[in-house]
Amino acid sequence: MAARAGRSAWIYLALAAGGIAIVYPFLWMMATALKAPREIFELHFWPHQATLDNFRTVLLATQFPRWFGNSLGIALVTTASVAFFDSLVGYTLAKLRFPGREVVFGVILSTLMIPTEMLVIPWYTMSARFGWIDTYWGIMFPGLMSAFGVFLMRQFMAGVPDELLDAARIDGVSEFGLFTRIALPLVRPALAALCIFTFLGNWNAFLWPLIVIQTPGMRTLPVGIALFSGEAGSSWHLIMAASALAVLPVLAVFVLLQRQIIEGIVLTGLRN
Amino acid sequence: MTARARPGLRLGARRALWAYAFLAVPAVFYVTLRLAPAVAALVISLHRWNIIARDKPFVGLANFREVWIDPLFWKAAGNTLRYAAVGIPIQLAGGLGLALLLQRITRYRGLFRALYFIPFVTPIVAASWVWQWMYSPQFGPLTRIFDALGLPTQAFLRSPRQALYAVTAMVVWEFIGFQIVIFLAGLEAIPRVYYEAAEVDGAGGWRLFRSITLPLLNPTLVFSAVYGTIIYLQLFTQVLNMTFGDPGGPLGSTETVVLYVYQQGFQHFRMGPAAAATVLLFGAILVITVAQMRVFSRQVEY
Repeated sequence: MAARAGRSAWIYLALAAGGIAIVYPFLWMMATALKAPREIFELHFWPHQATLDNFRTVLLATQFPRWFGNSLGIALVTTASVAFFDSLVGYTLAKLRFPGREVVFGVILSTLMIPTEMLVIPWYTMSARFGWIDTYWGIMFPGLMSAFGVFLMRQFMAGVPDELLDAARIDGVSEFGLFTRIALPLVRPALAALCIFTFLGNWNAFLWPLIVIQTPGMRTLPVGIALFSGEAGSSWHLIMAASALAVLPVLAVFVLLQRQIIEGIVLTGLRN
Repeated sequence: MTARARPGLRLGARRALWAYAFLAVPAVFYVTLRLAPAVAALVISLHRWNIIARDKPFVGLANFREVWIDPLFWKAAGNTLRYAAVGIPIQLAGGLGLALLLQRITRYRGLFRALYFIPFVTPIVAASWVWQWMYSPQFGPLTRIFDALGLPTQAFLRSPRQALYAVTAMVVWEFIGFQIVIFLAGLEAIPRVYYEAAEVDGAGGWRLFRSITLPLLNPTLVFSAVYGTIIYLQLFTQVLNMTFGDPGGPLGSTETVVLYVYQQGFQHFRMGPAAAATVLLFGAILVITVAQMRVFSRQVEY
């Protein structure tokens, strides 16, 4: 009994040590963001005189609030689009019978193999021709649907009972109503997971936005932070304040939705 | 009215029409923004593609030849493989180890799981800059730890020999929580009776792990390895941001294939060679992931 307790104490100790290593960069980020410029190169960890000046500078002297808004708007629109179209396609492929069904699914699935890097050059030439460079549409259009989402939703939609759909049909529900009112509510956990993934993916998107954005006002948060930090040189107090401003809202959302997010990962990750 | 009179055929046809209506917009999307661009990348790789010049002559495999003889491309390709070869095993072993530890505790399991998971949801660009500060050779937090322990100061990201591993550490940090969550779910799916039966037969901890846990965890391992490969072969954001002032790191030591594509295509505007490099990357990802699925899946068959 004592040996067992001793062993589990070691396990807790090991896990705690790992946990400290995980959060250590965040602690330094916060400590540095709260320091005055002269303090950041001194040895102590926590600022002697904590200041919010760095946050103020980032929020007022750069277009940070605008970048934040750009990212939020783009991530919300793309997430709504993916949620709607991917579940509609998933439903159609799983529950409606029509000639060519396998072909459509095969084509969409095959696009999963294509890495983004291969597509950015053609997307760029296309955007240049149609005048999409440096526009919100230009930043968003590649992410409006995702083959992964179709694949995921098709699997979950397959679990919706046909009898339920047929009963609703007899009651006079339209085909589109079957999708929105019967099928969608039944796959809500999968849909929530898809939304979280899509939002995170677009919130983090970097390569394509970096290519297609040209003016500071159009920047998304990742592009804004990268270019701002590049210009800030060794003003680490400002870089860390900007990073903290990008990290903290996400952390807050994570703390609130922690269970759903992690269970969503399990739900979707293991289905593959 | 007629539909009600002959329900069988009419209803089927009507439903098919609905299906086509539902698929119309997505079909246009997947064809014009996924399939056509993939073909276009191949086409561009076979032309001298200057975005301003009207004339875009067909040059056969000249772009591929140019990439093939570029030492920086091979440096990038070698680095990319090294990122994967170093990062994935650490990530899998570390993730599995921590998942096994988490499985043995009863209290605070959810708390630890959430803690380890935080980096996965952290914006990658911001996290990369935080890590650049961690590695800063004069005053960075890691330098202070090394000082405190009496170890010699390290150059980390500024050293051609260390930079790649310094970036890899950040990527492992970012994905370890994801890996833990996936492994925990895989472990929970293994029926307890197998362990109980083996314990009755007197099998010890290591044997239980070798002959029950590992084989039954195989699908999770395959998924993790393939997913990890796709992530590591496409590394870009972390590398660009962690060695921002000197993209590709000292002597190109952190350069990856995707960073090479970005520099060729969008900094030097050499679209042809950039497209050729993406075609090569596509081929490499395909071959490696298919090979992984074959090799790993075979192990479980016996």
